[in-house]
Amino acid sequence: MTKLTISRRGLIKTGAFVGAGLAMPTIFTSRANAFTNAPMGSTVTLGFNVPQTGPYADEGADELLAQKLAVEHLNGEGDGGCLNTFTSKALKGNGILGKKVEFVTGDTQTKSDAARASARSMIEKDGAIMINGGSSSGVAVAVQGLCQEAGVIFMAGLTHSNDTTGKDRKANGFRHFFNAYMSAAALAPILAKELGTDRNAYHLTADYTWGWTQQESMQAATEAMGWKTVNNVLTPLATTDFSSYIAPVINAGADVLVLNHYGGNMVNSLTNAVQFGLLDKMVNGKDFKIIVPLYSELMAAGAGDNIKGVLGSMNYNWQLQNEGSKAFVKSFGEKYGRPPSNSAQTCYAQVLLYADACERAGTFNPCGVAEALEGFEFDGLGNGKTMYRKEDHQCFKDVLVVRGAQNPTTAYDTLEIVEVTPVDHVTYPPNHPMFGGDDASLGTCNAGA
Amino acid sequence: MDAIILQILNGLDKGSAYALIALGLTLIFGTLGVVNFAHGALFMLGSFCAVTLQRLLSLSFTVVDPTKKDFLGNPLKVDTPYVVDWFGDAAGNAIINWSVPLAILFAIPVMLFIGYAMERGLIKHFYKRPHADQILVTFGLAIVIQEIVKYFYGANPIPTPAPAAFKGSLDFGVMIGFAENTIIYPYWRLIYFVFSAVIVSAVFAFLRFTTFGMVVRAGMADRETVGLLGINIDKRFTIMFGMAAAVAGLAGVMYAPINSPNYHMGMDFLVLSFVVVVVGGMGSLPGAVLAGFLLGILESFASMNEVKSLIPGIDQIIIYLVAIIILLTRPRGLMGRKGVMEE
Repeated sequence: MTKLTISRRGLIKTGAFVGAGLAMPTIFTSRANAFTNAPMGSTVTLGFNVPQTGPYADEGADELLAQKLAVEHLNGEGDGGCLNTFTSKALKGNGILGKKVEFVTGDTQTKSDAARASARSMIEKDGAIMINGGSSSGVAVAVQGLCQEAGVIFMAGLTHSNDTTGKDRKANGFRHFFNAYMSAAALAPILAKELGTDRNAYHLTADYTWGWTQQESMQAATEAMGWKTVNNVLTPLATTDFSSYIAPVINAGADVLVLNHYGGNMVNSLTNAVQFGLLDKMVNGKDFKIIVPLYSELMAAGAGDNIKGVLGSMNYNWQLQNEGSKAFVKSFGEKYGRPPSNSAQTCYAQVLLYADACERAGTFNPCGVAEALEGFEFDGLGNGKTMYRKEDHQCFKDVLVVRGAQNPTTAYDTLEIVEVTPVDHVTYPPNHPMFGGDDASLGTCNAGA
Repeated sequence: MDAIILQILNGLDKGSAYALIALGLTLIFGTLGVVNFAHGALFMLGSFCAVTLQRLLSLSFTVVDPTKKDFLGNPLKVDTPYVVDWFGDAAGNAIINWSVPLAILFAIPVMLFIGYAMERGLIKHFYKRPHADQILVTFGLAIVIQEIVKYFYGANPIPTPAPAAFKGSLDFGVMIGFAENTIIYPYWRLIYFVFSAVIVSAVFAFLRFTTFGMVVRAGMADRETVGLLGINIDKRFTIMFGMAAAVAGLAGVMYAPINSPNYHMGMDFLVLSFVVVVVGGMGSLPGAVLAGFLLGILESFASMNEVKSLIPGIDQIIIYLVAIIILLTRPRGLMGRKGVMEE
């Protein structure tokens, strides 16, 4: 039998060799990949994380179509779309940094855990270098956190909560879409002009992060111009019949109903409110009015005739007549036979913005890309002049106030643009109390690997 | 006082939908002993009968109008429904406008057939299997039906308005001495309540006053003895399944103008309806109706601000809270037969 003797010195030596041996591949790897999923071949993979099932599947499908179109344009296919109108001329239609653009897709299901799982799968298994898209602020905040940890860039899709670029802002996350504060700031002057400054508002609010910030923003903006807030009722997200919440509205002395709802909630609450005949009533000697702070084309389609005359706001509408918008609508319309939605436009613009930032930075390293996006001013993507603010990674641009059209001629012009509110009127300081105040911080960029 | 009356009206309306779905559910459980988790999907299919008829009546031919432009600047393609072309503007538009009430006639044969096919094609193979198997297979079926509907109609809600004649609301408060606009209630919701009362009465009358109903009730009480008398009770129970599907479908048709139909609406009602059945008593038809209205009214009261300020979140749990209390104190439900769920 052999006797095994281990000396203290021998153990240290062996430990040092084994440790160096184990560390070796990591050292090589980290030299080879200075950041997560650095593209090695002739292609680069983008990850499009959108709701493909669940209640926002139609919106997700529209986002996906727009992102596919953006990839075509980046690879020099099709008519080039907004590459022809974009003020930055870094993109040449030869992919990104000479690499052909490919994409993988994930299904967020509009659930935070599912969205994180699909984003993680695209990053870890498919080698996605960035994540783009999605509908819902809960999903955006969750995926943004994951991308920060993984060391990839996250370009949020349709997320309107102040928190996304407020208290939950992250160094690796960017938002092109506008937010709840901006909606309220854009709507307030129009409401004062059309409805007067002596109104009693009753809020119904979806009971989650977006609803809370939307309500807080609307209440602050309307009270600042003289309105009173009669009540704010939080409604569970799963509510389908809002009759018991709507029935007491007029009795409460309100002459305006603010529906801080989105998607199916908004379609149902607006439909219920119109069924109750609220828009036909006179209260406090004034015509009763309903406001929907955040509109989308799909919600307008779902609510049908009920949206007629109802004011709201949007990030983008295909009826905008600037050069970028015309190029995008032509490109999208000729390919898919209908105009794009505002979430489609955001997702399309973000793919181009990410690609352009890579070209300008000369790298796919997320920290280089983030630096290129910070403070970047551009035009020609459909919204007019736009700027990514360095302090919170929020895009600042004009906001559209829209109204349900009285006599639409087609299924696509159900919303009409009332006013394009200039960006100056919707700008706020990065440390605004509604956005996390002085405590809110981007943290530091994470390149991963 | 006015707030209480308002919430009772709301509750009756919500309860109408719960009662109609729960009635079908308990009918199936009482006759076939099957726990049918696809019943919510039948309600949803009823709503989509209304959507389908609206689309059929709106079938159009396209005419190019060179004087107008579409969003790409091409001549606008204008769709004109065939019924408008055939019957003129007024009559044609009136037919489309009345598509939801007309869908009742459309939905009855369609839903009877779907119910019959469902029972013969799938559910009959699970009669002798445990309830857990029945729940799994019917829940799976509900998901399949949902996905098929989503494939053809999309995920977005589809507006299906009531006829223009029923738009607006009734000032109920003025009729009973309150001030104007104190208690208002939409006409269509009142119609929904009356409609559900008629359907419930018709089902009860059918079971109570027809020979067919008498045999079914006898079968519900003692299936074997009825079978020994030479009556093919299985055949009658299959027809009852079709009827239950038709009742759920009709509830769905009339619900379409209240909330725009979407593929998921059945699931929204399914769990609540099961709670209604449990509270009312498994297999008890009057129990299902009573519990439907009772829970509808309780749910409405729970969503009042005054109540929510006392117990936050009560509007989300009230129905389940009642179910727990009932199951603890009276496991057979309000009107369940003695012995059911009590072993």
